[in-house]
Amino acid sequence: MDIFDFSDGREGYYGEYGGVFLPEILHATIEELLVCFRECKSDPKFWQDYVALMQSYSGRPTPVTHLENLSRKLGGAQIYVKREDLNHTGSHKVNNVMGQGLLCQRLGKRKVIAETGAGQHGFATATMAARFGFDCKIYMGAVDVARQRPNVFWMENLGAEVIAVQDGQKTLKDAINEAMRDWVTNMADTHYILGTACGPHPFPEMVSWFQSIIGFEAREQMLAQTGRLPDRVYACVGGGSNAMGIFQAFFDDDNVELIGSEAGGQGVGSYMHAARLAYDDATVGVAQGFKTYFLQNEEGNMNETHSVAAGLDYIGVNPIFAHLHDKGKVRFEAATDIEVKEALRLTMRTEGLIPALESTHAFVTAIKEAPTMGKDEIILINQSGRGDKDIFTIADALDDAKWKTFIEGKADQYRGEKN
Amino acid sequence: MALQSFLAERKKDKDLLVMAHVVCGYPSFEANMQELEIMAEAGVDLVELQFPFSEPSADGPLFVHANEQSLKAGTTVEDCFEFMKQASERFPFQLLMMGYYNTVFKMGEETFVKRLKAAGGVGYILPDLPVEESANLHRLSEEAGIEPIILMTPTSSDKRLAQLGAVSRGLVYVVARKGVTGSKTNMGDDVLALIERCRQHTDAQIGVGFGISGKEDMDFLRGSADMAIVGTAALKTWEQSGADGLRKFFAELMA
Repeated sequence: MDIFDFSDGREGYYGEYGGVFLPEILHATIEELLVCFRECKSDPKFWQDYVALMQSYSGRPTPVTHLENLSRKLGGAQIYVKREDLNHTGSHKVNNVMGQGLLCQRLGKRKVIAETGAGQHGFATATMAARFGFDCKIYMGAVDVARQRPNVFWMENLGAEVIAVQDGQKTLKDAINEAMRDWVTNMADTHYILGTACGPHPFPEMVSWFQSIIGFEAREQMLAQTGRLPDRVYACVGGGSNAMGIFQAFFDDDNVELIGSEAGGQGVGSYMHAARLAYDDATVGVAQGFKTYFLQNEEGNMNETHSVAAGLDYIGVNPIFAHLHDKGKVRFEAATDIEVKEALRLTMRTEGLIPALESTHAFVTAIKEAPTMGKDEIILINQSGRGDKDIFTIADALDDAKWKTFIEGKADQYRGEKN
Repeated sequence: MALQSFLAERKKDKDLLVMAHVVCGYPSFEANMQELEIMAEAGVDLVELQFPFSEPSADGPLFVHANEQSLKAGTTVEDCFEFMKQASERFPFQLLMMGYYNTVFKMGEETFVKRLKAAGGVGYILPDLPVEESANLHRLSEEAGIEPIILMTPTSSDKRLAQLGAVSRGLVYVVARKGVTGSKTNMGDDVLALIERCRQHTDAQIGVGFGISGKEDMDFLRGSADMAIVGTAALKTWEQSGADGLRKFFAELMA
C-alpha cells in the first residue's frame, strides 16, 4: 500500500485526517514547499545525497542488536533493537533534520526555525544549521527550557538562538504556535523545520519520507540477521515520526504486526497522559495546521497533557496514524511513567542499553508482550534515542539520591565561585 | 440586515468605515460591554467578537494573552454567543464572530451557523480555515444569509486572489502585511497597490487590518479602502488607560 498516493482522494489527506489549516498568508509558502518537496522526492539523486550524508555524518546505517539476555530472561520472543540512539545527536530526529536541511538548500533559504519540546529536535536542528551555515532560531516552551538546560546549552553553543516561549502551558504546543508566528512573518527567507510527522501537509509526508530510512535499513537487516521478517515491530509514538520511520517498510508485510506505544503518564482515567489513540480521551479536531485526534475539551480547547518523557508529551498525533488506527493497521498501547522507569532499569541491567525515556515506552509494551509469544517468534523495537544524554531527566525520573547530592555539591561550588 | 447592504447603507454618510475587535471575556464580559458602548458612541460600524481558543497561532502577544486569560476565567462558547445576542440587540453596529476553526468544527458547521444567526451575528472570520476547506460552511452560510469574511494577503498571487475573490461576499479582509496581529504596519504604496490588486478580484467592500493604530492610518486609507480594521491598538489603550482612554482613542481615530 502507498499511503502517500493521493490520486484516489484529496492531496494531503489520510482518510479524514491531515489537510492544511493555515492562515492565508502562508498559502504561497506551503505551495512552494510542496513543489520543492515533490521535486526532491522524484529525484533519485536527492535521496542518494541524503543517504550519503547520513552515512558520513551520522554513522548510518545504524545497527540492529539482538538482546539475547533480555529475550532469555523474559522467556518468549527473540528481541531485536534498531539502534537509532547511535545517530549523531543521539536520536532519530537528525534523519528528518538533515533531510530538510538539504531541501532548504534547494529552496534557497538561509534561515531555519524549529520548535522543540525535550530539546532533541532543537539540538539536531542547531547541529544541522551549524553544518550547513544557516541562521537558526529554536522556539522552546519556558517550562521546557527550565527543565532541559543541557540541550539548551548545546543548542546555544552550536550557534542557535533559543527563545523561551511564555504563552499557554509553555511547552511543545506553545513552541509550535510561536514558530508559526515567526514563519507567517519571515517566510520569504525562512524555512520551518517541523520536528515530527504532524502539522499541515506536506510535513507529515515529508518527515515520514526522511524517517523511512530507519525502516528500509531495519527490514533488510532483519532479513540478513534472522533470515525472516519480525512478527511484531514496536515504536513509541509522540508526534509519530520514529514510528512512521520504522513501520513504513512493513506496510506491505501483512504478517508483521505494528504496535505504537503512547505516553500513558499516570494511567487510564488520570487525564494526566498523552495517549491519543490508546486511551479514549482524545477526539477529532483541527489545530496547529491539521486535522487529527487531539486531547481537547468538548469546545475544542486543548487539555493539559503529561508524560515522564517530554518528547511524547503532545496534544495531537500524526494524521497517518489516526487513519491507520481506524483501519486497524497499527495497534496502539500506552506505557505509564512507572512502567517506563521499571523497563529502563531492566534494560540497563540486562543489556547495558540506555534508551531515552521516550523510546523506553516501546520497550515497556514489547517487554509485556514478549513472554506471551513463542521462542521462535521475533520482535523488533525501535530505540529512537539514547538516554545517557538526558542524565538530568533520567536521574530525576529514577529519583537518584547520589545524583542529587552531586548536584547540590556542584551548586555550592558555583555559588562559592560567585562570591 | 445582511452585511453587504448594511455596509452600503453606512457608506452613504462616511468615506471610511471602522471595524473594531473585542476578545470575549477579556478582561471580563462587563468590560467588553463597556468597550462596545464606547465603540457605539464613536460610531464604529462593525465589531468582531473573538471567541477565545487555546491555540491562537495567528494572533500576536496581546491577543494571545487575552485568549489565555479569558479561557482561564472559564469563558465558554455559550457565554460568547449569549454576549453576542445582548450586544446585537443593543447596539447599532453589526457583529462578526472571529475565532479559530476548531471552535466551529467541534460544535458542527450547521450548529455554528444556526447559533451565530440566532445570536444576531452577520458573518465570521476564521483565519485558519482556507477556502479549500470551506465549501460546506460557505454553502450553509449562504443559505442562512451569513457572510464568510475572506482574507486576502500581500503574499497572495493574482491567481490566488481570483480564487479568493470568487467566494468572497460582503466584506474582504485585506491583511496589510505579513506577520501576526498587533505590530505596527508602515502604510505605504505597497498597501495601496495591494488594495488595488484585491479590488480587481472582488466586488465586496474592502477592509484593511493589521497594524492600524491611529488617525494617520485612517487618513492614509481614506479614498482607497472602504473600512479600517482596528484590533490590538484599542485593546492596548483599554489596558493602559481604561474607558476614558478608549473613548479618547476612538474620538481621535474617527475625527
